[in-house]
Amino acid sequence: MARMKFLCDADRCIECNACVTACKNEHDVPWGINRRRVVTINDGKPGERSVSMACMHCTDAPCAAVCPVNCFYTTADAVVLHNKDTCIGCGYCFYACPFGAPQYPKLASFGSRGKMDKCTYCAGGPEADLSQAEYIKYGANRLAEGKLPICAEMCSTKALLAGDGAIIAEIYKERVMKRGYGSGAWGWKTAYKETIAI
Amino acid sequence: MPKFSRLTAAFAAAVVAIFVMFQPAVAQQTFRPTDQSVKEQQLLDALKPGGTVSGRVSIPDQRSANLIQPEGRDWQDFRRGPLATTGAIAILGMILLLAIFLVVRGRIRVEHGFSGRTVTRFASFDRFVHWVTASCFIILALSGLNITFGKALIAPLLGENAFASLSAAGKFAHNYLAFPFMAGVVLMFLIWVKDNIPNKLDLDWIKAGGGILKKGVHPPSKRFNAGQKGIFWIVVIGGALMSISGWHLLFPSESIGELQFQSRLHGVVAMLFIAVMIAHIYIGSIGMEGAFDAMGTGEVDENWAREHHSLWLEEERKKAGKAPTGAVAAE
Repeated sequence: MARMKFLCDADRCIECNACVTACKNEHDVPWGINRRRVVTINDGKPGERSVSMACMHCTDAPCAAVCPVNCFYTTADAVVLHNKDTCIGCGYCFYACPFGAPQYPKLASFGSRGKMDKCTYCAGGPEADLSQAEYIKYGANRLAEGKLPICAEMCSTKALLAGDGAIIAEIYKERVMKRGYGSGAWGWKTAYKETIAI
Repeated sequence: MPKFSRLTAAFAAAVVAIFVMFQPAVAQQTFRPTDQSVKEQQLLDALKPGGTVSGRVSIPDQRSANLIQPEGRDWQDFRRGPLATTGAIAILGMILLLAIFLVVRGRIRVEHGFSGRTVTRFASFDRFVHWVTASCFIILALSGLNITFGKALIAPLLGENAFASLSAAGKFAHNYLAFPFMAGVVLMFLIWVKDNIPNKLDLDWIKAGGGILKKGVHPPSKRFNAGQKGIFWIVVIGGALMSISGWHLLFPSESIGELQFQSRLHGVVAMLFIAVMIAHIYIGSIGMEGAFDAMGTGEVDENWAREHHSLWLEEERKKAGKAPTGAVAAE
């Protein structure tokens, strides 16, 4: 089985936000929630750089470690998913997540949170693959259809790569060799405790 | 047209000059648009503890402008390590200590037996405030402990789904009962603070070990002795810390680092608070004969009052216009 990862080649990202939009559309993500976003560092200054970020599907995921009800699980493809039926919306995964991935629909009372929502790597949830119940709770399950996440698939500059970690790391390495420079795989050190050596 | 041809010649010469000047330079330069842009490691190295690598986002949720917050890993380690350990040691340690105390010292009896005459210790409003706060506290404590220890202790017994339902109900109760609890702490502070100001009498009480350790020793005390004053201030200060940190978590508006700090504070204070309250519950129930009546019916036996709160009893009797009694003067 593959070890699925995301890799944002930030030297190619043009901050078009198409990944953000495609994700929202593909999964019917509710208002106020963005499973993926593009962050621009040093905006308008020399050294500006944009990075597309979502759940990184960490190794030894902090969210799963702090979840008081064990609602997280890791698939055979190393995708970190969660069960909205058991989630109690406590917010702990949001405190622990290094990438700010978990989000909650706001409920009426106080600051109480609804069921957590985050990037599923387009892999759905615990419900039967491609079922209506799965779509309503988690969105499309492209992995079950043999496709990769929509954000990476439609990236116009192919900045965002998704797929088996070893393969996308190889693609990135080739690019850096050819180009002569590269800013590295953003978030990999934090998520996977490794970087891509070039 | 000599003028035109002179102009053309000058233009051609200029074009050639430009090419000659810049051609080699263009050939040498490679276009590296983001080569000098900021790198992840630079940003991570520059991070202060608890800081986040952030930028600008064009979506409305500004919290998503945080790209990476490595602090989450530390917070996770804290919850799994120090917090769980502190809680387990404080709570199990307290239960063990009390069990040893019960075995060694036994139940603290009313030495002169019940006199049958009672004196009002807590009016109905005092008791109402106490029990509202106490019942909220117990549910808050249990639902809180469930968040830290339930996954390991209760989930295997109930199964994931039943445990999730229980935890969801617990979270719901925790969020709502926080408010009567906070009100209760404020009211308790207001109605009892005047009797809980530490004074010299408390030093003597502490020197005598509170009379807890040895039979027949009853250091004089007013309405509340030093031990009870300690409980009062732990409830007031602990309750305030729990309320403030809980409020921050209930109405999250701050940075992620601030929320992590508040959650650490909430957890650690809660564990210690619960341990102290276990001791309070013990001494108010099985630990001491006659003590529960104070918060039960509000009426305590005179002999109990004389043994544990001699000065207070005298004050009460004076107020009621009775002469100081010498029922246990033989002591």
